Amino acid sequence: MEPPKLKESPSQTAGPYVHIGCTPSFTGITDVYPSDLGASLKTGPVEGTEIVLSGVIFDGNGDPVLDAMIEIWQPDAAGLFNAPSENRGDADPHFTGWGRCASDPETGEFRFDTVKPGQVPFGRDQMQAPHVCLWIVARGINIGLQTRAYFEDESAANATDPILCTIATPSSVDTLIAKVDGPNRYRFDIHLQGPRETVFFDM
Amino acid sequence: MMRKPDAANGSLLARDRDWHPKARTPAYKTSRLRSPSAAPLQFPTTLSEETGPVFGHDILGPLDHDLIRNFSTTGDTAIGPRMRVHGKLLDENGRGISGALIEVWQANAGGRYRHKNEGYLAPLDPNFGGCGRTISGPDGSYSFLTVKPAPYPWPNGPNSWRPAHIHFSVFGPSFAQRLITQMYFEGDPLIALCPIVGSIDNPDAIDALISDLDMDQSVPMDMLAYRFDIVLRGRNQTQFENRMEGL
Ligand SMILES: [Fe+3]
Repeated sequence: MEPPKLKESPSQTAGPYVHIGCTPSFTGITDVYPSDLGASLKTGPVEGTEIVLSGVIFDGNGDPVLDAMIEIWQPDAAGLFNAPSENRGDADPHFTGWGRCASDPETGEFRFDTVKPGQVPFGRDQMQAPHVCLWIVARGINIGLQTRAYFEDESAANATDPILCTIATPSSVDTLIAKVDGPNRYRFDIHLQGPRETVFFDM
Repeated sequence: MMRKPDAANGSLLARDRDWHPKARTPAYKTSRLRSPSAAPLQFPTTLSEETGPVFGHDILGPLDHDLIRNFSTTGDTAIGPRMRVHGKLLDENGRGISGALIEVWQANAGGRYRHKNEGYLAPLDPNFGGCGRTISGPDGSYSFLTVKPAPYPWPNGPNSWRPAHIHFSVFGPSFAQRLITQMYFEGDPLIALCPIVGSIDNPDAIDALISDLDMDQSVPMDMLAYRFDIVLRGRNQTQFENRMEGL
């Protein structure tokens, strides 16, 4: 195969002021755009189970990261993406699948009101366990961090997930499991370093 | 939803991690506690990363790309050297990427950001917010109007200054292409001193983030122009073409 013609533009940190560009109303710039993009994943009544996915990002000292921006991308309850390239069927028209939020400046908590995702194929004849893709940027993060949140109450699907199955250490797999935190609520804390360091992906 | 054959799925080319900055670059102090110690786990992309949301032109207001005017409520314009920043958004295979969301943010012409965590003593400009956005055109081209941001000091070393820069967030058709980077200006002596720029090892990679003065696109008695092309991950060619045949 021929090598690609061009090199990807190298990443640089989002810095401390990422909110100005990506969630301006969060930092008080409310009159330039009507609203912050990705603030809601729902544009009307959605199919499936509505859930809350929340968590805190912790740094190497165990302190919450107060200035991050987190994006999620996921399929709808039937496992279909609201994307132009989705050719398996029509996704829930009221569910965008994409969310963006800033960490709370005092607690570091991020929160997405979303739906429990359906399953997505892996290659021709395997299925992946339900999961949400996350992308994390902040001051001090030189290249955006990709990870995935799977669900504690999907243990049968998790046990056969083709990606989770290739991670040998159970404690590493556990960093990718959002924990049940009340009815239809899931907690997904992210540790950038330390004994509970989250598994990040290069996909 | 409208289907776009040119947005067909296919695995993405692996990132060249030696070209990008490492996670931990101690000269940039904040990276020390915010960098995973393990290398990220490599997998080929799946449908979850190959797909992505689409942003329609209906989200854009008429001044979203014009930072000189988009914050003002009086019709006054932002203070500072007026300029156009433009370029092409391409993938690694050299194809223009249309329909991508490009968001920018920057300090004002005094080096001050409009942000609650910002403490630099340079003044705010009442007519400058510092954010802008656009969607790339059919050939991947994009353009912003803005004022040139000034360098600013930051608490990293005893006397650290950022070179003048504009932050770019780029959203191509695949979530796996998600990229945030910074654009610098040709000839800025602070580029060589900056530990954030220096998080990138390869001088050619640093060069890729330095925009070129573009006199051809300048407007006499009005504004200078800088050209900044941006490249996102491409798709695995063979797989892309196989899938196209199957459509
Ligand atoms: Fe900056």
